[in-house]
Amino acid sequence: MFYRETGQFKQSYAADSAVFPILQDRYGLAIILAIAFVAIPMFGSEFLLASVMIPFLILSLGAIGLNVLVGYTGLLSLGTAGFMGVGAYATYKLSTTFPQVNILVWILCSGFFSAGIGVLFGLPSLRIKGFYLAVATLAAQFFLQWCFVRVAWLYNYNPSGAIEVAGRTLFGIPITGPLATPVNRYYVVLGVVVVMTLIASNIVHGRIGRTWMAVRDMDIAAQLMGIRLLPAKLLAFAVSSFYCGVAGALMVFLWLSAAEPSAFDIKLSFLLLFMVIIGGLGSLIGSFMGAALIHILPIVIRALPESLGLPVAAATVEHLTYLIVGGLIIFFLIVEPHGLARLWQITKQKLRVWPFPY
Amino acid sequence: MLYNIFIDPFVQMVQMPDLLVQTLWEGLVSGVLYALIALGFVLIFKASGVFNFAQGIMVVFSALTLVGFYAKFSSWGFSGHAAAFLALLLAAGVMLVLAMLVERVVLRPLVNQPDIILFMATFGITYVLIGFGEIVFGGDPKQMIASELFLPGGSVDIEMLGGLVSLQKIDIAAAVIASLMIVGLALFFQKTRIGRALRAVADSHKAALSVGISLNQIWVIVWFAAGLVALVTGIMWGARSDVSFALEIVALKALPVLVLGGFTSVPGAIVGGLIIGVGEKLGEFYWGPLLGGGIESWLAYAIALVFLLYRPQGLFGDKIIERI
Repeated sequence: MFYRETGQFKQSYAADSAVFPILQDRYGLAIILAIAFVAIPMFGSEFLLASVMIPFLILSLGAIGLNVLVGYTGLLSLGTAGFMGVGAYATYKLSTTFPQVNILVWILCSGFFSAGIGVLFGLPSLRIKGFYLAVATLAAQFFLQWCFVRVAWLYNYNPSGAIEVAGRTLFGIPITGPLATPVNRYYVVLGVVVVMTLIASNIVHGRIGRTWMAVRDMDIAAQLMGIRLLPAKLLAFAVSSFYCGVAGALMVFLWLSAAEPSAFDIKLSFLLLFMVIIGGLGSLIGSFMGAALIHILPIVIRALPESLGLPVAAATVEHLTYLIVGGLIIFFLIVEPHGLARLWQITKQKLRVWPFPY
Repeated sequence: MLYNIFIDPFVQMVQMPDLLVQTLWEGLVSGVLYALIALGFVLIFKASGVFNFAQGIMVVFSALTLVGFYAKFSSWGFSGHAAAFLALLLAAGVMLVLAMLVERVVLRPLVNQPDIILFMATFGITYVLIGFGEIVFGGDPKQMIASELFLPGGSVDIEMLGGLVSLQKIDIAAAVIASLMIVGLALFFQKTRIGRALRAVADSHKAALSVGISLNQIWVIVWFAAGLVALVTGIMWGARSDVSFALEIVALKALPVLVLGGFTSVPGAIVGGLIIGVGEKLGEFYWGPLLGGGIESWLAYAIALVFLLYRPQGLFGDKIIERI
């Protein structure tokens, strides 16, 4: 009843193949965008913007990147954090070498470097499959992280070994560095994430996305149907790494403001994989839901004892967070192995037929 | 440059054979420990098709349980060898309880799900064990009760090839115990009733079910066996360094061992462990300085990757047959 497409007639092929063919979807999206662009910056506190929304959006972008690889193409990767690091370090090198060019240009350009590295490490994927490939991508993770520590050229021979972000502006407004307010940074991140999500949506719904899904479902059958596996898989690696690279660059420049190589360690890779799986494999909206759950859940659990007035030591809270997050991961997997995106689909179906059961 | 890469290391090896032997020995020893962790992985993968990421944390958890029980006993004034072995038994009991819990809470509801979901579930187990272990035992490193368990300490120096090669006694013990355990497991798999059932399950879940093998029971047994392997690994590794959650990272070292040997092969885990251990130490010692050191962190993966390109299923893995 609330979500019924009856009576919405399409009069052209273009209207029929639109990304959001149902009116309610368009309204819903408009409301979400209005909340994101207007309500949250207006009413949100600094903490909400800087510690919840900005990381959530950046992690969602990374999760979308990983979802392209794992969810759409079926190639399991554990090297995501390494590719994110490539984006961050590329942006750092480019922006310190050519400081006059706008930082946003370099953040987006860094994706190409990350994509190149991704293609390089994606080459074995033609021969290696499944968990064997996951371990092969761990080689990328550890090798890249080693590079961030050992290759001093990457961090401009900085004695601290970390990369620090200088203040840069966009149209005269500071967006990075200590002068940038959370609101400004939030708008930049939101803009990038919205545009890139839209592009990702178009890619995965089009010819390329269908190619990937054919490869995921069975690569030999896809090959017999005339899909060239190597270009398809490498393209998936390239697009995925591009998204991860931009996410990594955003992470350092607009969220953390300084990063050590340990920011890109294996834990981040696992975290993103969680988001993708909990959110739903092969679903863009699932990437957002997974990122929201995995990022916001620990924040809530940490804040809970304090708000309830329970005297719990900080270390205990940290351990309890591990325990609860682990338990919830198992719980979610048992209850809905297809992820939160599947729950959303079920809800939509329920809304469509309500008040009847089916 | 080329000289430094291709010739100089070998010249060094020939000139100082005692150093070479020492490096090889260290490689073999760490290889044995990698192989032990990989063995736990292989046991579970064979019987339930689960890629058990929690094996690393099981090593830490079992070792912490053992040390924790012993500390409790000695605080009651009960210490020495008897207390240590009682603690060992109790730790094994805890691993049995853990196996039953994992089977009941995690595996049974997730039967027939895709591999990646089960893989993620073992991540959940990892997190739960980390959180639980830190709350119960605390995060600070602990001393392994090596001498109470009759494990030797100190080292023997052997004079050979014009130099001294120093072998830690605990390493020798580790190698001996690991070999005994592998022989024991092989016998268990080949000769006993349960072992035959395990092999049947590894071959085909459905066929095993149809001849009346209880999958649930088998899963408890393999997880318990993997828990025992983890306990032994934890003791050995803990005796070399301290017992702490930092050991968890060692589990990631076992992954290249696994791909090298093949996920389903017990001998593969052993041979893979030795190749990775030796390759890593030799690479770090002779070629590491050229690249600025610290290459141990990824060299194992690079070695595994090179092997994989020639044999995508690992050295001893089952041949991958793809049908449409």
